[in-house]
Amino acid sequence: MMKSLPITIDSVRKTYGSYVALDDVSLDIQAGEFLTLLGPSGSGKTTLLMALAGFVRPDSGKLLLDDRDITRLAPNKRDIGIVFQNYALFPHMNVLANVEYPLALRKTPKVEARQRALDTLARVKLEGLSERNIAALSGGQRQRVALARAIVFEPRVMLMDEPLSALDKNLRETMQYEIRRLHDDLGITTIYVTHDQREALIMSDRVAVMNSGRIQQIDTPQQIYDRPSTRFVAEFMGEANIVAPGSVRRIDGADPSREALMIRAESFHLDAKLVGRDGVALDGTLCAKAFRGENWLLTLALDGGQEILVCIPAALASGCAELTTGQRVTAYAPAAKVHAIPGARA
Amino acid sequence: MLEAYPDNRLSRILLWSFCALVMAFLMLPTMVVVPLSFSSSNLLEFPPRAYSLRWYETLFGSATWMAALRTSLILGALTAMIAVPLGLLACISINRLGGKAAVAIQGVLLTPSIVPGILLAIGLFFVLAAQHLVGTLFGVLVGHVVLAIPVACVVLLPALARFDWNQVQAARSLGANWARAIGGIIVPQLQISLLSATLMAFLTSLDESVISIFVASGQNSTLPKLMFLSLRDQIDPTIAAISTLWTVIVVAVVLIVTLRQKS
Repeated sequence: MMKSLPITIDSVRKTYGSYVALDDVSLDIQAGEFLTLLGPSGSGKTTLLMALAGFVRPDSGKLLLDDRDITRLAPNKRDIGIVFQNYALFPHMNVLANVEYPLALRKTPKVEARQRALDTLARVKLEGLSERNIAALSGGQRQRVALARAIVFEPRVMLMDEPLSALDKNLRETMQYEIRRLHDDLGITTIYVTHDQREALIMSDRVAVMNSGRIQQIDTPQQIYDRPSTRFVAEFMGEANIVAPGSVRRIDGADPSREALMIRAESFHLDAKLVGRDGVALDGTLCAKAFRGENWLLTLALDGGQEILVCIPAALASGCAELTTGQRVTAYAPAAKVHAIPGARA
Repeated sequence: MLEAYPDNRLSRILLWSFCALVMAFLMLPTMVVVPLSFSSSNLLEFPPRAYSLRWYETLFGSATWMAALRTSLILGALTAMIAVPLGLLACISINRLGGKAAVAIQGVLLTPSIVPGILLAIGLFFVLAAQHLVGTLFGVLVGHVVLAIPVACVVLLPALARFDWNQVQAARSLGANWARAIGGIIVPQLQISLLSATLMAFLTSLDESVISIFVASGQNSTLPKLMFLSLRDQIDPTIAAISTLWTVIVVAVVLIVTLRQKS
């Protein structure tokens, strides 16, 4: 296990002209944590990553590695491993030379450097490819070389900028698992940037959702998904219905919430018995239905006029095929899946 | 390349003869001095009535011509050695800066190759005079470097525009300082463009006469300057001999560099 370090991001601000890329971002990342910065493009996630790497100088604020201020430290003195979106491998060197490169810069003795590079290549399952040219590698193999090169010098922090976005779906899922396993083996503090919600949920200890240069919410994947703190997070993380309290009635007749409620499409049931007495019911008219293989997607127009999405797993949707548009439908959701968004209005 | 044209004998003969004509037009003015240089006459006359090597003997026996040849070759090499690294650094900055500022700086950088050579030479003369550098090899070198930097940049800028800058960031993150990132990552991948830039800078200096006429003097005369002067003062076939030799040297350098790029 390498000694990994915590990172403190303290009110970091970065503007380009009138455009605010980072708006006083503060974030504490624990030693050994796998944290994902998740957000749409232009949300500031890559700018924040590049500030940590040393390629973007914040206008104000501080970056601390452990308790050392690295805000103005040159990138080559930070000892941070980076995996770039396009891998940025050196095409004029073969696989082994790419992986040995950081060791050569550190004047590691040749024999030791070679052994460490070969060990690292084995760790990312690239044994036997050390003499290959970069041009002769597949996308997945390049990804692994980039990983090996970023960890071979035992950095104390690892940054990854959408490393899987160029891979096809199956390979992406394999690599998600392998990157997470590598993180767990090495125990290295990792900051991962992605715009893919599923990837963030699958891989991370914690997820920081960013939008317009700000961190909207930072929490465990489950909390982010089930208990979003803003409307943006609720909608960005999946098929969220945000409904006015007036459209929702408690099954047991108790007073409803006064705040806007978020209910995810897949939290609904069509059978009141599957939902507890403290659950909620939404009455509406069926506008559209679609069979999506593993589930049915129903669109209901609530009596207030708002449309909501209701997703019923195929296994529980025996009645869905018979529903016709214009029919009255009541959707039920258990209390645990109804989340009041603080301060939000429907 | 020729597939788009009707493929019959006549059109092919026409095409080849036209190409031959163009080549001849390009080459003849250069080639005409070759027989002149082997003339045995005291005068430049074409065609020569008899052949000899006497003008080559005169040339190689002349300390003035040989000194000028040496000066020109050294100057060319020094110019390339200084202009190409400076040009590369300038191009990297322009590439990284981007936006309108980069366009403006690029424009300023290219002015020496746009401004008429004579203006540049006059200006340079006054600047060098103030520094008491007129007549020195260093003064001529400064002038040639000023001329060669834009030439190198014209070759290097498009090459850098195609370069994946993430590689430099990757190298930096892996522990390379600026110098090592440029030397270990950029230079090896721009090898061919750098070689072209070096050749162009070398030839720019070799070919330059106006600045040399204004600034160089005495034992620092470059070959083009001496050729101008000797054409004015006396006309004998030595000038044809040096021209032939000069052409052979330049063609050899270009051939060697081009062949190296191919392999």
